[in-house]
Amino acid sequence: MTGNNFAAEFRAVNYTYNKGIAYEKHAVADVSLGIERGRVTGIIGSTGSGKSTLIKMLNGLVKPDDGEVIVDGVNIWDKKVKMRDVRFKVGLVMQYPEYQLFDETVEGDIAFGPRNMGVSEGELHERVVEAAGFSGLDTALLSKSPFDLSGGQKRRAALAGVMAMRPSILVLDEPAAGLDPSGRNEILGRIKSYQRENGNTVVIVSHSMEDVAKYCDRLAVLSEGRLVACDTTENIFTEGEKLQSIGLDVPEITKVADELEKLGVGVGRDVYTVKYAAEKLIEKYALGKGRE
Amino acid sequence: MSKIIKAENVSFAYEGDTPEERVEALKNVSFEIEEGTFTVILGRNGSGKSTLAKLLCMVNLPDSGRLVIDGVDVTRGDVTEDEIYDLRREIGMVFQNPDNQIVATIVEDDVAFGPENLGIEPAEIRRRVDEALSAVGMSEYARHSASRLSGGQKQRVAIAGALAMKRRCIIFDESTAMLDPLGRREVMKSIVRLNREEGITVILITHYMNEASFADRVIVMEDGGVVTEGTPDEVFSRPEEMFAAGLEVPQTTELLWRLRKAGLDVPLGTCTPSECAAIIKDALGKRGDAV
Amino acid sequence: MNFDVAFGQYCEGTSLLHRLDPRAKILMSLFYIVDVFLAKNVFAFAVLTAFVVFLIALSGINMKIILRGLKPVLFIMIFTAVINIFWYSGETVLVSFWIITIYLEGIYNALLIVLRVVLLIAGTSVILTYTTTPLSLTDGLERLLSPLAKIKVPVHEFALMMTIALRFIPTLIEETGKIMDAQKARGAAFTEGSLVKRVKALIPVLVPLFASSFRRADELATAMECRCYRGGKGRTRMHVLKATPVDVLAVLVIILLGVALVLINNFTGGFAIGW
Repeated sequence: MTGNNFAAEFRAVNYTYNKGIAYEKHAVADVSLGIERGRVTGIIGSTGSGKSTLIKMLNGLVKPDDGEVIVDGVNIWDKKVKMRDVRFKVGLVMQYPEYQLFDETVEGDIAFGPRNMGVSEGELHERVVEAAGFSGLDTALLSKSPFDLSGGQKRRAALAGVMAMRPSILVLDEPAAGLDPSGRNEILGRIKSYQRENGNTVVIVSHSMEDVAKYCDRLAVLSEGRLVACDTTENIFTEGEKLQSIGLDVPEITKVADELEKLGVGVGRDVYTVKYAAEKLIEKYALGKGRE
Repeated sequence: MSKIIKAENVSFAYEGDTPEERVEALKNVSFEIEEGTFTVILGRNGSGKSTLAKLLCMVNLPDSGRLVIDGVDVTRGDVTEDEIYDLRREIGMVFQNPDNQIVATIVEDDVAFGPENLGIEPAEIRRRVDEALSAVGMSEYARHSASRLSGGQKQRVAIAGALAMKRRCIIFDESTAMLDPLGRREVMKSIVRLNREEGITVILITHYMNEASFADRVIVMEDGGVVTEGTPDEVFSRPEEMFAAGLEVPQTTELLWRLRKAGLDVPLGTCTPSECAAIIKDALGKRGDAV
Repeated sequence: MNFDVAFGQYCEGTSLLHRLDPRAKILMSLFYIVDVFLAKNVFAFAVLTAFVVFLIALSGINMKIILRGLKPVLFIMIFTAVINIFWYSGETVLVSFWIITIYLEGIYNALLIVLRVVLLIAGTSVILTYTTTPLSLTDGLERLLSPLAKIKVPVHEFALMMTIALRFIPTLIEETGKIMDAQKARGAAFTEGSLVKRVKALIPVLVPLFASSFRRADELATAMECRCYRGGKGRTRMHVLKATPVDVLAVLVIILLGVALVLINNFTGGFAIGW
């Protein structure tokens, strides 16, 4: 597959939970989606829209009933493919990952993935320190027990545990869930700069429109297991009504931009961060010039 | 109106194994809460807000200072267990993790757990359980298995549990933190209803700014102390203080604040997107720049 | 997966058996077990079998579900049957080969023993486990045993423990799945290598699972305290179990069945089970 620039691709995948018995549920229905290489792609949708199932397909934790999952040009369910190799390539950080910490030391926990990959003991420490740096974990904490860390530190340690595998695609399910605003911005900012530095492909699943607006280049919108839209962030947010019709929302600031537009003092409808809105308004009306 | 909670210079520390591990979670906190009001306590993780919640529902008692709950000084040296028990009948708590506060398998049995503990007559429990479940819109799930509910539904079951005990004050300790936006909306609707229609005193601990807009009063905590308090409008009109406390302000307020910094004469405070746009247009008009 | 439903094997229904007081059903199953062992001869077994078929029809539970419940003991049934066929000595020789002699009575006996196991399981499950929710089961047990509380047996605490365990089983199963997925995502292999390797591979699952169970237990205890729980003293219950005449009658039926079986054993001939 050289025709496109997808790091990973879903081709007409389907998945049904509890097949054949009561509570049967079509979790993913006929989704075809390409994850662009070197970009941050956000997957948004309300609960039960199939987001989590879809990303679990990327590293083979969920096997689609039919359709293909392609990672780096290879169908991961091909008989010749070793699933563990796929898992090292697609690093998945699950929701509330701090609950998976188990080792006696933080360092040992972060090293768990790379050690499973067969990374030599000599190289392990280097990887752990590097990953801790990316996730913003103080290296002084590496010798501590993961159970002695604060909530935010545990989250970073868990994130480092996946980053240390140096996956070419980093997939995160609600990485900022439960964190306060500064914690959210810190962790999402870290992920963004990790992506910039390494040119990695990142996939973020999130409920927060404000967060994906700030950190994602592209957005895939899911509703009831189906892919509703996939486009650049600004294009997605210009279709506010469509998002609202499937139980999602646009950032508050986008609504303000819409209202400004209606009042004739608009700065475009592709506004989805406060900073951008303010800059546009200031620029358009030459605010702050010759006054201060 | 009477004061249901009065805290004067309350302090609390978690003792560690060594003196260095001792964490002073609350330092000389003072505030009062009027019965029937809606108070939001904002603060980042580790600011001491959950510690405060544990003191208010008497899971822990303060190390120093005075804490008067419903007229009873719980920091009095000779406070008895029975006195605490009686206060707990009036003041309840809904916790962060919806899974870890549901005791029974079936929804209605869980709601009945509190009233059963109080020794209320079976027929009366039945009546209260039905009433409480309908108040949070969960009647149709009465006979359902609790483990199959969504997070928001579980939290509403927990709220029904507090309602069925006829509590006068309910403390929500980050009860919306683990929920998705829909669950959060459902739970907030129930919480607001409790306060407005049942007159129950609500203390909501959160770090979601938009939830603060429902409050009569907002208390902002940082590093174990109260840094600012006031109505939502008052608190949000000081974004610098909020940012310094690791918090945000609503996006509308932040936009106005940014424009104000650039010299546009706009008032700060909370507003809806359309109000915000109108304010901006007005200000631009006064400036003579508007189209 | 519907673990919370599968657990305890409860089958939804509204039959008389479903509606009986759990206490009555517990007593009924106890007496029923005695009944099964009272049945000795072919006629007694015939009556008992007819009774169980009647109960199954009454409960409205699908025969397939009953048969599925027998599967786990299939091996034991075959094993005891085989032993009986070879070791039982009687009068009518069917086959005699080398040191093995099979008697007709041996076959009869084997059949009756298998029938006894089948009736034991089918009967108790239709009286109790298939028609009673785990929750009302613990509820019934607590109240049946409540007199024991007077001699300091912690009946209430035991019942509460059961309730909480039932409540948290689905939660913990779900959590186990999540943790296993998370560790698999980091390259953990649970199905490869030697036994020692596999057991070791479970550590990254068990440690977080224990840690979270302790956290849950701690939070739950606080939550219960906040909901004014302080032991069984002075507690009331929303669901009041009221034994109706029907409940009493149902227990009597089972007792009378035992009496009838004894009479049938004594007043009819026919082949009788050996042990």
